[in-house]
Amino acid sequence: MKLLAIDTSTEACSAALYVDNEVAECFRIAPREHAVLILPMIEQLLGDAGLSLNRLDALAFGRGPGSFTGVRIAAGVIQGLAYGAALPVVPVSSLAALAEGVRRERQQSRVLAAFDARIGEVYWGAYQADEPGRMVLIGEEQVCPPKVVPEPAAGAWFGAGSGWRAYIDALTSRLGNRVAGFDAECYPHAADVARLAVAGLAAGQAVDAERALPVYLRDNVARKMSD
Amino acid sequence: MRVLGIETSCDETAVAVYDEAAGLLAHALHSQVELHRDYGGVVPELASRDHVRKLLPLVTAVMQQARSVPEDIDGIAYTAGPGLVGALLVGASVAQSMAFAWRVPALAIHHMEGHLLAPLMEADAPAFPFLALLVSGGHTQLLRVAGIGAYRLLGESLDDAAGEAFDKTAKLLGLAYPGGPALARLAANGVPGRFVFPRPMTHRQGLDFSFSGLKTFAANTVQQHGDDAQARADIACAFQEAVVDTLVIKCRRAIAQTGLKRLVVAGGVSANTLLRERLATLAGREAVALYYPRLEFCTDNGAMIAYAGCRRLAAGEAPATRDIVVRARWDMQQLRPPAA
Ligand SMILES: Nc1ncnc2c1ncn2[C@@H]1O[C@H](COP(=O)(O)OP(=O)(O)OP(=O)(O)O)[C@@H](O)[C@H]1O
Ligand SMILES: [Mg+2]
Repeated sequence: MKLLAIDTSTEACSAALYVDNEVAECFRIAPREHAVLILPMIEQLLGDAGLSLNRLDALAFGRGPGSFTGVRIAAGVIQGLAYGAALPVVPVSSLAALAEGVRRERQQSRVLAAFDARIGEVYWGAYQADEPGRMVLIGEEQVCPPKVVPEPAAGAWFGAGSGWRAYIDALTSRLGNRVAGFDAECYPHAADVARLAVAGLAAGQAVDAERALPVYLRDNVARKMSD
Repeated sequence: MRVLGIETSCDETAVAVYDEAAGLLAHALHSQVELHRDYGGVVPELASRDHVRKLLPLVTAVMQQARSVPEDIDGIAYTAGPGLVGALLVGASVAQSMAFAWRVPALAIHHMEGHLLAPLMEADAPAFPFLALLVSGGHTQLLRVAGIGAYRLLGESLDDAAGEAFDKTAKLLGLAYPGGPALARLAANGVPGRFVFPRPMTHRQGLDFSFSGLKTFAANTVQQHGDDAQARADIACAFQEAVVDTLVIKCRRAIAQTGLKRLVVAGGVSANTLLRERLATLAGREAVALYYPRLEFCTDNGAMIAYAGCRRLAAGEAPATRDIVVRARWDMQQLRPPAA
């Protein structure tokens, strides 16, 4: 199984190449530089592995939520690659990728992933590890003010993502002792997008290039004249 | 030499395939006018969201229409500016990554170079050098064009572009966005001479324009004379007269100043019938040859981008970068002839 994944949904920009259980990754915190970094990262990973695009089985990308422009860059780049090399695409939640990274790095099995969504809101998702150890979404992802995020089941949860920096007070007062700890300085990694995508591909979640589309969660972005 | 062109700078997703020998093979366009109408103008975030949904289906359709397979394509040209950054990024991301996958060059094209060169796709293409009037939604410029990538700005609007003035005044007259063409239709029912609008900047030396005062003048006229149907038509008529007259006066001056005998007119407002009539009269008097794009290529389209890319690639331009870089603003004078 060979799969290339990217994520540009947050301040971090990353690309990863999954080849038979081994993952190589380029990762940089680089706000507003994603567009110039991403193709050279992909080129480098493929070059190092001595692979060309058409030897891959699939592509994957962090489909959001996150920065509107960021997730569109990822979708656009993946659309072009997938169309150009006739490859299927597995869209992966950027929140899920963040949760998966926290599970892997910190051995946390219950993660509350939150990105700062600005204007007083967070992009939110609760994830719990299943039997094989993959992160599975509990309930639905949403965008909402931190004081009304859905309360997770009783027990200890670990907070992750920039939402825990921006809204730490509101989140802890909402969730109380369910929060066993948090790390606001972690980001979704393309390596985790790749790992989730391998499972997603097996589960039949691949789509054509045309349907490699962003998921924004926030949809009321402009006001009509009649409003 | 065959080039796929991609345009996403504003509210039109457009794709085309241009072949150096066979000419334009196919083109298609998806307009977002309906999407933005309820908002009274282009909403950048909504524009970007629509581009990322519509671009690839258009590419598929155009490649089919052009009876082309990926191996036939020698390069991908995309609009890299000026325009809405988020919208431009969609086209740039798709174009650069597709070019990477196909192992062909990706060319970053200046949107206004696309407009400017559009008349060269026609059978009676102008030879260089020529004088160019670019009149669109975002630009009003007079240029001396010595060749591809050799542009000298002679004058431009200091505030609103001509198309923008058309759209703003149309809105004032209660016409739906984008009102330029609708205002032109309304003006046909107007009584010429009932109102007289100023001809901004024509008493001053030089080739610059200013159109923002005209919409204020229109607003005041509406206030003083009511807004019944006839008054609105009369105001539309007077407004259009003023814009067209001003454009023609500056063209006459530019012809005298440069001695150029060919005038190329491009951009959305070049579709305007009154402008075309008046310029024809001017051209006859000055013994100047006039050139336009065909009507459908006056406004944004993919053909002009594919064409500009094809001309540059054919002339030996070899872009080295895979950077996805776009620019909201971009001075055409920074462009260079294709480097062999
Ligand atoms: N018949 C017409 N009369 C007057 N204006 C017109 C006519 N047809 C189109 N326009 C105007 O042309 C403009 C659209 O042209 P175009 O698509 O070239 O502009 P743009 O792409 O929005 O701006 P730019 O090319 O400067 O970035 C609009 O302002 C529209 O009102
Ligand atoms: Mg235009």
